[in-house]
Amino acid sequence: MRDGMVENRGAGHWFTHIGLTIGVLVIFFPIWLAFVASTVSQPEIVSPPMPLLPGDQFFENYRKALVSGVNAPVALMLANSLVMAVGIAVGKIVISLLSAFAIVYFRFPGRRLFFWLIFLTLMLPVEVRIVPTYEVVASFGMLNSYSGLIFPLIASATATFLFRQFFMTVPDELAEAARVDGARPMRFFWDILLPMSRTNIAALFVILFIYGWNQYLWPLLITTDPSMNTIVMGIKQMFPSGDDVADWPVIMATSILAMLPPVIVVVSMQKLFIRGLVDSEK
Amino acid sequence: MATLTITDVKKTFGKTDVIHGVSIDVAEGEFIVIVGPSGCGKSTLLRMVAGLETVTSGEITIDGRRMNDVEPMDRNIAMVFQNYALYPHMSVFDNMAYGLKIAGTPKAEIAERVAQAAQMLQLEPYMGRKPRELSGGQRQRVAMGRAIVRKPSVFLFDEPLSNLDAKLRVQMRLEIKELQKRLGITSLYVTHDQVEAMTLADRMIVMNAGRADQIGAPLEVYANPATEFVAGFIGSPATNFLAAETLGRSGVARIGVRPENASLVAPDQGLANGTLLFAEALGAETLLHLRLTGGEMFTLRQDGTAPVPAEGETCGIGWDRVRELWFDHGGNRVRQAG
Repeated sequence: MRDGMVENRGAGHWFTHIGLTIGVLVIFFPIWLAFVASTVSQPEIVSPPMPLLPGDQFFENYRKALVSGVNAPVALMLANSLVMAVGIAVGKIVISLLSAFAIVYFRFPGRRLFFWLIFLTLMLPVEVRIVPTYEVVASFGMLNSYSGLIFPLIASATATFLFRQFFMTVPDELAEAARVDGARPMRFFWDILLPMSRTNIAALFVILFIYGWNQYLWPLLITTDPSMNTIVMGIKQMFPSGDDVADWPVIMATSILAMLPPVIVVVSMQKLFIRGLVDSEK
Repeated sequence: MATLTITDVKKTFGKTDVIHGVSIDVAEGEFIVIVGPSGCGKSTLLRMVAGLETVTSGEITIDGRRMNDVEPMDRNIAMVFQNYALYPHMSVFDNMAYGLKIAGTPKAEIAERVAQAAQMLQLEPYMGRKPRELSGGQRQRVAMGRAIVRKPSVFLFDEPLSNLDAKLRVQMRLEIKELQKRLGITSLYVTHDQVEAMTLADRMIVMNAGRADQIGAPLEVYANPATEFVAGFIGSPATNFLAAETLGRSGVARIGVRPENASLVAPDQGLANGTLLFAEALGAETLLHLRLTGGEMFTLRQDGTAPVPAEGETCGIGWDRVRELWFDHGGNRVRQAG
């Protein structure tokens, strides 16, 4: 009886693992195919069946992608994406930290109104207001610029809301102790609130970096100059129009390159990220 | 060191009056305890002195300087909070040094003053630790250290011991008393625990529903409570209150008898009769809970070695009539003639 139970649990254990392994393989397979495609030559891809093992064109394809690309060198597009993603993530965090600080710690006329206004913007997806936003950005002459890429996406109701919730769990006594210690509001923010929020900030940075990195529609609209292309939209731009022949190995190499920075960010900040989501250190 | 005066201070939150006018002159180095039940306004009063709440009317002065509109940091006060309010991401050293750092004190002096306080509070081995790595008692000490290093003119304590277990509370109580004596800093201490109030205070303010019912030295307050509320609040177990007519008296409404002033006598030989409901033997003393013939409850405290009657037995209760506390219908004390 006892043995049977152990055996049952053992079997369940194995089933779980097999299930998970299959899941991982299913999800990983397209990525593997992309990787394989980025290491072979163009004729090998187009002649079925497609190879399932890496070829010998790895360095050749990646060098070609990074240095010359199709419309613009991928290295340049990576840099553009990096500027945009970091700009959006850092900007969003700074702005939402400050607005949450204002909403939680200061009593000013219209405080509620402002909070709800910010909250309201959550209900409007970017796509809904993309035309007016384009108008504004265009009239400011910010097309084909980093500021045009970053500023329209920099306000974040979600992050403001998140920090507001976190600040509200910080005991009032702490703010009072800081006041008695002689800390003015910004000093309190900088010395106490900010270090206490660091795990939240890290978690948010990861999410927002990926959000910024994966922006597609907005960069597609406002960057007409290939040198301002970001990598995610750049991949689409590489697709041939009309009778051109697609350079699939280079496109696949670009896709793999586009995936790397978010992976690096997630892996390197994993510890902080999970701590930020799981526990609140008080 | 400084004098502190509170003159007819009132506080209103919206339309609710929380404090109805409290006045006290605190001498240099005096330890004042504000005691009262929850919601009596004691913490609000302290927070007004700290500058964390605005003063609706009246005046607070420290060393003769009007403080009503002065920022907390400029009042030269230090406060110990109920939950310690330590900065969780800072080490013990940084917690204690933070106020000095903001004030722009030179680094060497900060180190010296913090070291001095740490030594005084036996915190030296923990200077590099974070608050979450400390026990409750140690956190409490850090909170005190943070107050000490600033060399304030007034110490404010907001129920600092209420989060500690009973044994530690007694120990920290002694430490606070000893420290305050040694430093000689004028202190204001809020608590709901009358034992803390009795043991710590040079003088205490007994607050009841936003009023200072009585201000005086602990033993004076115990022996001569000004109101029925004070008589019931100070002293443990609480004073027994009997309706005067059940004892056949007139001229007063209620008569208070402290449990420690009453004793058991033979039935009908005392001033009242009662049935013993149950006895709590605490070792050194025994508390007897009786129901009087009139239906009122009466608690009596006797020596632990004295014989205890069986439960349900009828006993007589006697006390010295000179030590009775008389109160009128408004709850105010009526002095016994002679």
